[in-house]
This record gives sequence, C-alpha cells and structure tokens, in this order.
Amino acid sequence: MYSFDLVRPTSMEDAVAALGQEDSQPLSGGQTLIPTLKQRLAMPSTLVSLSAIAELKGVSVDGNTLTIGGGTTHAEVAAEAGAYPGLAALAGQIGDPAVRNRGTIGGSLANNDPSACYPAAALGSGATIVTNTREVAADDYFQGMFATALEENEIVTAVKFPIPEKAAYIKFQQPASRFALVGVFVSKGADGVRVAVTGASNDGVFRWSEAEEALNGNFAADAVEALSAPSGADMISDLHGSGDYRAHLVKVMTKRAVAKANG
Amino acid sequence: MPKDHGIGASPKRREDARFLTGAGQYTDDINIHNQAYVHFLRSDVAHGKITNIDTTEAAEMPGVVRIFTGADFEGIGGLPCGWEITDKNGDPMKEPAHPVLAQGKVRHVGDPIAAVVADSLEEARNAAEAIVVDIEDLPAVVNMKAALTSDSALVHDDLSDNLCYDWQFGSDTEVVEKAFSEAAHVTTLELVNNRLIANPMEPRVAVGDYARANDESTLYTTSQNPHVIRLLMGAFVLGIPEHKLRVVAPDVGGGFGTKIFHYAEEAFCTFAARQINRAVKWTSTRSEAFMSDAHGRDHVTKIELALDADNNFTALRTDTYANMGAYLSTFSTSVPTWLHGTLMAGNYRTPAVQVNVKAVFTNTVPVDAYRGAGRPEATYSLERVIDKAARELGVDPIKLRRQNFITQFPYATPVAVEYDTGDYVATMDKMEELMDLGNFDARRKESEAKGKLRGLGINCFIEACGIAPSNLVGQLGARAGLYDAATVRVNATGSISVMVGAHSHGQGHETVFPQVVAEMLGIDDSLIDIVHGDTSKIPFGMGTYGSRSLAVCGSAMVRATEKIINKAKKIAAHLLEASEADIELKDGQFSVAGTDKSVAWGDVTLAAYVPHNYPLEDIEPGLEETAFYDPANFTYPAGAYACEVELDPETGEVKIEKFVSSDDFGNVINPMIVEGQVHGGIAQGIGQALLENASYDENGQLLSASYMDYAMPRADDLPMMANYVVDHSCQTPCTHNPLGVKGCGEAGAIGSPPTVVNAVIDALHSGGHKVEHIDMPVTPSRVWAAMQA
Repeated sequence: MYSFDLVRPTSMEDAVAALGQEDSQPLSGGQTLIPTLKQRLAMPSTLVSLSAIAELKGVSVDGNTLTIGGGTTHAEVAAEAGAYPGLAALAGQIGDPAVRNRGTIGGSLANNDPSACYPAAALGSGATIVTNTREVAADDYFQGMFATALEENEIVTAVKFPIPEKAAYIKFQQPASRFALVGVFVSKGADGVRVAVTGASNDGVFRWSEAEEALNGNFAADAVEALSAPSGADMISDLHGSGDYRAHLVKVMTKRAVAKANG
Repeated sequence: MPKDHGIGASPKRREDARFLTGAGQYTDDINIHNQAYVHFLRSDVAHGKITNIDTTEAAEMPGVVRIFTGADFEGIGGLPCGWEITDKNGDPMKEPAHPVLAQGKVRHVGDPIAAVVADSLEEARNAAEAIVVDIEDLPAVVNMKAALTSDSALVHDDLSDNLCYDWQFGSDTEVVEKAFSEAAHVTTLELVNNRLIANPMEPRVAVGDYARANDESTLYTTSQNPHVIRLLMGAFVLGIPEHKLRVVAPDVGGGFGTKIFHYAEEAFCTFAARQINRAVKWTSTRSEAFMSDAHGRDHVTKIELALDADNNFTALRTDTYANMGAYLSTFSTSVPTWLHGTLMAGNYRTPAVQVNVKAVFTNTVPVDAYRGAGRPEATYSLERVIDKAARELGVDPIKLRRQNFITQFPYATPVAVEYDTGDYVATMDKMEELMDLGNFDARRKESEAKGKLRGLGINCFIEACGIAPSNLVGQLGARAGLYDAATVRVNATGSISVMVGAHSHGQGHETVFPQVVAEMLGIDDSLIDIVHGDTSKIPFGMGTYGSRSLAVCGSAMVRATEKIINKAKKIAAHLLEASEADIELKDGQFSVAGTDKSVAWGDVTLAAYVPHNYPLEDIEPGLEETAFYDPANFTYPAGAYACEVELDPETGEVKIEKFVSSDDFGNVINPMIVEGQVHGGIAQGIGQALLENASYDENGQLLSASYMDYAMPRADDLPMMANYVVDHSCQTPCTHNPLGVKGCGEAGAIGSPPTVVNAVIDALHSGGHKVEHIDMPVTPSRVWAAMQA
C-alpha cells in the first residue's frame, strides 16, 4: 500500500472535520478498504478511522425497533441482536470469524457490494439508514452495484430495523469467496412481506415484487413454487454461474427462506 | 499391539513442534545484512510486442539501486527444460528460449518485464510504477485447438507453429485399429482435465547473496530440490561453477510439485546480487503466485475403449491436447508423455493401448507437474470411460473392473512399464467392505426421502512412483539422473546425523527417516537427526517429488546404514577379540554369537573416533558412510477408491457423504503419516473435482486470479473424519527396493477426482437425468446446467 496518515477521532464532529481534508477517506472495519489499499488500488492521503467513536457502536431495542450503531461488528450483531433473530443469524454467517470481528454494518452498507449480505437484510426489512446528516429509507438508499444515496463525507451512523413478525435469510455461497451467489432475505411485518435478493443482479440488491405479492396472499413456500423464476437477463453471469442459474436460485432460496421463517 | 518406535510405529511428527510454535525457519525468515529488495514489473497483457521500456524516471526515484530489463540478460542462458521429448516423426520437440526477463515480447499475464532493486520493497514498487512500457498488443493464443490452426498467432515467432511436439506411444496403430474394428462395443468420451494452481501455503521466496571475498553465490529458495536448482541455474543459466554456488531450501511450507522447478526469480536474485554486490530478496505476493507459479493439469482428451462381446477390454486409444503455457517449465514436457502415457493401462489387462499427445504453446502461465503429474490425468480419462462403458453395457462398474484386472505379476503393459507387484482384487475387496456397499440402497432411499439424489462412485488407479531408474529415463529424454543419496555420519558418542538428498516440505521425513535407521541399529531414534535442504551439507540428491523420497532416498539411507553396520561389526569384532562373522547386532548391542560377550553401540562409535584400541591396519578410523541409490524400476502403488455423494437437484450442489480409500503402498513405515498424506491428497483431488479451476478468458486474462474466484477445498467441503476412511492394510511390498515401500504422497490426488465425478454421474442417473459427463470442477452451476440440457 501507499503511505498515508491515520487519524482516529473520538467524536463524529472531529471525524467529519477530518473527512473534509483533501483525499481523506473513512475507515470502518476495513474488510474491503484494506485489501484495496494493499493492491494499491486506492491512494488516500488520510484515513479517518471511525473505530474510536463510541456513539457508532452497539445494539439497542426501543419498542418494535432494533437500532444498530454503524460501527457495530457483525459478531456483535450476531451476539446482541436477539430481538431480531433473522438478522442476528444473517450477521453470524457473514464471512469467517476474522471478518465478523472486524467488519461493521455501516461499512458494509456504505460499500454496497452486490454480493454482500447486509443490503438484503436492510432492504428486506424496510430498514432506515441513519447518517450524520439525515435518515434514508432502504428503498431509496441502494442505487446499484457499489452505489448508494450517501453523499461525499456522509457516514452511516446507525441502522434502524423494524422488527418483523417473521424473517429469515438463506444464502447460497459462491464456492470460492463464499459471498452470496444468491442470498434472499424475507420478512413478514406490519407493512407486509418483503423479499430482498443479493448476489444475483447486475443492479445490486433488489426486491422481488412478484414473490412479495404472492406471499402477501399466502406466506408459504408453496406460494413461491407456483411462480416463475425472475428473468436471468439482468442477472450476473460469471465463472460461478450464469444469469439463468442465479435466477433459478432466487426462486429456490426464496422458497427456502420462507420455509425457514415459518420455522 | 502396535509398535511404539521404529518401522511400523506412529510417533508424532517431531518437526511439528517448531512449525506449530512459530519456530520454523522459512526462506522469508532469512534476512541478510544490507539486503536489497526486488519488485518485478509484470505484464498485464497476455501477448504483445515490447516496443519501448523507459526506466529514466524510475531510476531517479528514492531508494532505487538498479533497474534490470531483458537487455541485461542478453547473452545469459534462459531457463532450461529438463526433459527432451521426441516427436512421433523422430524430430526433437520445439524448445523456445525462456528468458529470465522478457525480451522483445511478453507471452503471458505475469511475464516479468523489468525488475526494480531498491533499498526497500515499497521503494521498489513505487519505482516500478514510474517505468514506462509500450506494448503493442498481439492476439492472445488461449484455446489449444485454435492454437494449432494455420491462422493462429504464434506464441514464439521463431517457431513454425504452436505445436511443441506430437507424441505417440504404445501399441502400433494397425494393432489398435484392428482391435477397434473387431470390437463388440466401443465407448468414447471427451473430457477436460481442469487447470489447477497448487497454492502452497507459503508463497515462493528467493534470496540471492554474494560473497565477493571468495566469489561465492548463495541462493536461499523455496525449493523441493536444492541440488537440481544448483545444477540448472549454475550450469545452464548463470554459468557459476558448482563449487562456487550454494543453494539452500530451508523449511518450505508446501510444494505439491510447483516448487520443483527452476524459476526466473531465483536466477534473477542470484544474478543481481553479484551485479550489485549486495543480497537481493524477493517474496512473492499471493497475487504474483497465481500468475507466476507453474500451473498443473490442463489436458483436453478424447478417449476410446473397445470391448469384446464378453466385456473384456481389447483396446484403448487416447488423443490429448496438453497445454504447455507460454514457455517450457523444467519438467513440463515429461508430464503429458512419460508420466501419463505409461500409466494408461491402469489396473487392466487391455492388450492394445495407444496414447497420442499434442503439446501446445499458449499465452498462459507455464504448466508443469502438480501432485500426481500426468498420473491423475491418465487415471481420470481411463476410469471415466470405464464407468461410461459399464453404464452403456448395463453392467456393474465394480464387476467390469474386476473382470479386467491384472492378476499375475510381474506384468508388462503395452505402454512400456512392468508392474512388479500388486493385488487389485484385495484392495477392491477391502474398499467394498469399508464402504458397506450392501446397505447402499437403503442410504439412497434415505437421501431420496429428503429430496436428494445419492450416487456411488468407484475408481481404481495405479501410479508409477519412486522416480526413477536413471538409465531408463535417460533413454526417454531426461536430461538428469534420478537417483538419490544419503550420508550417515555417526558421531563419537553414538548420535547420528543423516544427510539426505530428499527435501521435506510437509512429508515428515525428519520423523520417518530416523525410524528406519533406529530400527536397523536397534538404538533410540532420539539419537538420530536428519539434515536436508542445503547443498553445502548434503550429498548430491535429486530432491522430493513423484512420491520418491522413501523409495529412493530412503533406500540410499538403508544402504549407507548397512555400510555403517558392516564397519561397526569389524570394530566390535576387534574389541571383543572375536571373528567378524560371529558378531550380531541387536538392540544396540554387538555380541558374539553363542556367548555373553558384548559391547554397546556407544563403545564401538567411541572406538572409531578414539582409535587407541583399533584395527588401524585394516580399517580407517571414523564412522561415516555415503550411498547413492538408483532404483531398478518404478514402484507401483495402486488402490480402489469409492465415495458417496448427496446431490441437491434443486441447486446442483454436491456434498461428499463418505469417502473410502483402500491403498497398497507396500510396507508402511509410519502409518499415521501415511494416513495424513492420503487425507491431504484426497482433499486436493476433491478440490480438483468439485472446486478448483484456473480459468482464462479469450484475451488470456486469468479470471480466477485470487481466492475470491479460485475455490480451494476447505474442511467443510470434505466428509466428516468418521466417514473419511483411509486404509493401507493391503500390502504387496515392492520387490526391488530394500524397504519394500512404494510411496504414498500422490495417491489421494490421483485416485479421488474420477471417484467423485463417477459418483455425481451415478446420482444424476438415479434421478432419471441421462447426463453422461460433466467436466471438472463439478460446480453446482455446471450440475444444474447439465440437468437442464
């Protein structure tokens, strides 16, 4: 990696100020950024570590809302988000123990890797992304592969999840990276059923509306079985599977997620 | 009761204490005072003409010591190929130059263009980014069949085409054609043996050092065979006489074949250290390893099997395209020929066997030996076509194999080799017992009740190990001998250092070799240490590959120890005032037969070095002996493997539920280590069958260039240990080496890929899917696609 300065502010104000400097970049768990730096594919002059900002950490429940600080690691979510078991289970399956103990929910959502797990949970739960300047609904937040509604120097400070009646995530792993080749998060909550798919689409995480419609009528695996798989034309096609295969898996994983949510 | 020491015992590996506590000394742990670091600027295109390299700005960057390009290596030898193959027309193979740094053209992604030597690695990398290289892109040659068409671009402009050789071997064409024309049934299969990347845990490292005072060069390197590197680099590349060149391969973190070869980075560091009079160090990144370590396999084969009306095999014919990559790596040319064609008879009595191999240059990383080297490719083709034949004929695949087994030994195959011993019926019987085949149908029903398909895969294999008789391989084109050597140095107080030519990089030699010497002398193995990996300390040995260490180097060690015993008996006879013929050695005591007179091992060794009372007129003082051992034949380990898979028809996912190997390795010195070797080999074979694939796009870009896309097997891809059964109880000892051992290092990687694929095809047929073949790796997406067809 190229050399850079590292600052580790303890407040959001200081972090935002540090990010105002030219060529500075925020560093959360570093699970994407550090490998990128090692490959010399990024050259920030200053890295602003968010790891010492206390207000970014922790899991709390208020009524029917689970709030997770942006700097909370996957391992902490897996251990502490018991109020939302489907979400805790998803966090516990991200990467491996090393990844789960460094990577953060804010970092994952800011990066919006098209194969990451958290985008499916946020979109599939109808979560709200809280930043240092505003709140953005998940439906408006994800804007394609590695693209989000975040502005320059905007930091994900927390994510608010409405706790649904039922939810589950099923991930079919890409054999090498073990990211989601296709991951499907389903939830059945006060505002109805949501089905969010990660790993599959060239446009990043998306909601499978036909399945949501069918499941709003009958929240059962059979309701999915009756559907045609979505079109493979817009799906990712690579070494690990064609677009048609991914489209097929969307249906299979949705069915399995519903069955799992129904316990 | 199992022995607790000596031959047949399973003491824990003594080397593991240092490996597991961070005390190993690997090449990257070696740091020489004032060393410089090199970073290689590598091609990011597969094929192109270098029109200009401008290092002016880079040379002024902080810390830069010197920048080298191909021009600095003009007049210096290229990297040699160690095996000449003769074309079927009698012509020698085409052997293009392999420069240390690219000259004129780049020929694969990763081909080194320039080398920046600097005070630190970061400075070297910074300066490399300032080098301006102009490359005129040329069409990339990637597909082997397209490479042989007349309108293909040429990988090497000085060659007439991209064909390295067209090799034919085995039975005469008329004999084979007659057998096929008379056959009652012919089964044909086209298949790909997928390209693999070995991925040892430790990437390659080289440190070149130079002592101006005595004009001596030292290369520390991650090698499986330091003497081979000294010979190739000293004699063929840099012109350094052997007495001025030392090669050290310290602890090496896995080789799997890919660390046999002499690489450009080794020659560069040795050369550059002499130029700048300073040590030069290179440590490969994992990304560099993907595009600079020799790859393995990469065959495209058509195989045909002829059978008579009674299902006896009557002829076998193969047509293979073997990828050489852009340059000929050290032993690349021998892999698809002598290490592959000679095994094509397998365990069967097929009277006519003919092997045809076209070796092809492409704009990809060079391909060379990888665990098994040629033998996995032979086994895969043969055992897949037999399985297909059984299905076409509606016969049990076990019965078809048993019916055609070789049962009389020695057995001379139509492909040149003579198997000395074996019992293929016994290994098959053992496999059937351990697999509990009688209850397979019940297990299949259980799987089906869960919506899954269960398949059973059977495979037999034979390999030629203990490489190799030098006179034979010399006739076949090898440019080296393949003996090995050991020196047994007994010290005055009775402890022993055994200097061996074999190199241990995970095999456990440091534990196993002392077990043998301890058994022969009847002393405690804690008195014995192995010394390996340093050409200044060990006799000239050819290293470790081809499951040869114990069969070849171990035999040299036995011979040297026998010489020690003979001399020690003379000394003991003198001390005991008895006739040498009456001296017996037992439990470390020399005694006079029929009497209670004896002297201990330590008394004899002390007398050898303090020869006050000693037969000086008859024998020399001291107790140190060397033996070189050249094997009379290959060894022929063989086995029967089986596995059961459960296939999810909704996703195409395959899980291995149970794996059984029944191997005949001849005598076994340390069963625990043998079992570990087989477990590891099977894991690699399962990796090839289900996961691993080095994939290039049409532009010659390596798509699977990191662990994000190259899938290595992990623990949860393998069966649980209770269902991962490795058995070596069937033992027909090798007849021509003193330990009766055959070698176990490669068996698992050879025997397992067809076992797994056969099981997947069986599972699909049980679900009514008439899929005849799926190329490896059998990924979920490939299984699903085959089911849709």
